[in-house]
Amino acid sequence: MTFELSHYNAALLFALCASTVFGITQRNTPKDMFRYGAYCFVLFAVGVIVASWAMWVIKH
Amino acid sequence: MANPQSTAKVSQRPASAAVTTTGSSPAMVTLAGWLVPGLGHILQGRWIRGILLMLAVFTMFFAGLGMQGKVYSFNTGDLLDILGFVGDLGAGVVYFLARSMDWGAGNIHRAVADYGTKYIVVAGLLNVVAAIDAYHIAIGKKQ
Repeated sequence: MTFELSHYNAALLFALCASTVFGITQRNTPKDMFRYGAYCFVLFAVGVIVASWAMWVIKH
Repeated sequence: MANPQSTAKVSQRPASAAVTTTGSSPAMVTLAGWLVPGLGHILQGRWIRGILLMLAVFTMFFAGLGMQGKVYSFNTGDLLDILGFVGDLGAGVVYFLARSMDWGAGNIHRAVADYGTKYIVVAGLLNVVAAIDAYHIAIGKKQ
């Protein structure tokens, strides 16, 4: 069984799963869990893009 | 004037006052949560949380295997390999399943396989976080 994902899609899947666990475990109410999970997901996704551009700048 | 006891936060309640919805002991729900991701929450009646945690951990673990990531076995060699084993072990029963089925040999020829290895380790670590959360619910530190 093999699973083909691009690097960015792999990072997004990682972000989705990690954000789900962070949201549920770090907050008390369902509303706060959802908001914190979404916040973590956005940070992961934006962080990947920023890190990617930073590596591109370093290389060039 | 409000009664100070009635306004106390959940986190300020003594651990001895907490009772799980099923009467399960905190140690038992923690162990269950480690062995089967999300089971610690399900045993305490938090079905949706438990199922979401289970989905998240299983998705990460099996996506990691699908990316041909490596499942670490017990070792006393390199420190990173030892830590990888500890992280993988956190996934509970799926780790033992993967070891018994000889899954997760790893593939150094694929760049994404290295992601897979990290997926598997992080799945285990997230499951440990979820099991500790189940413990906190059991002792009344969290709702």
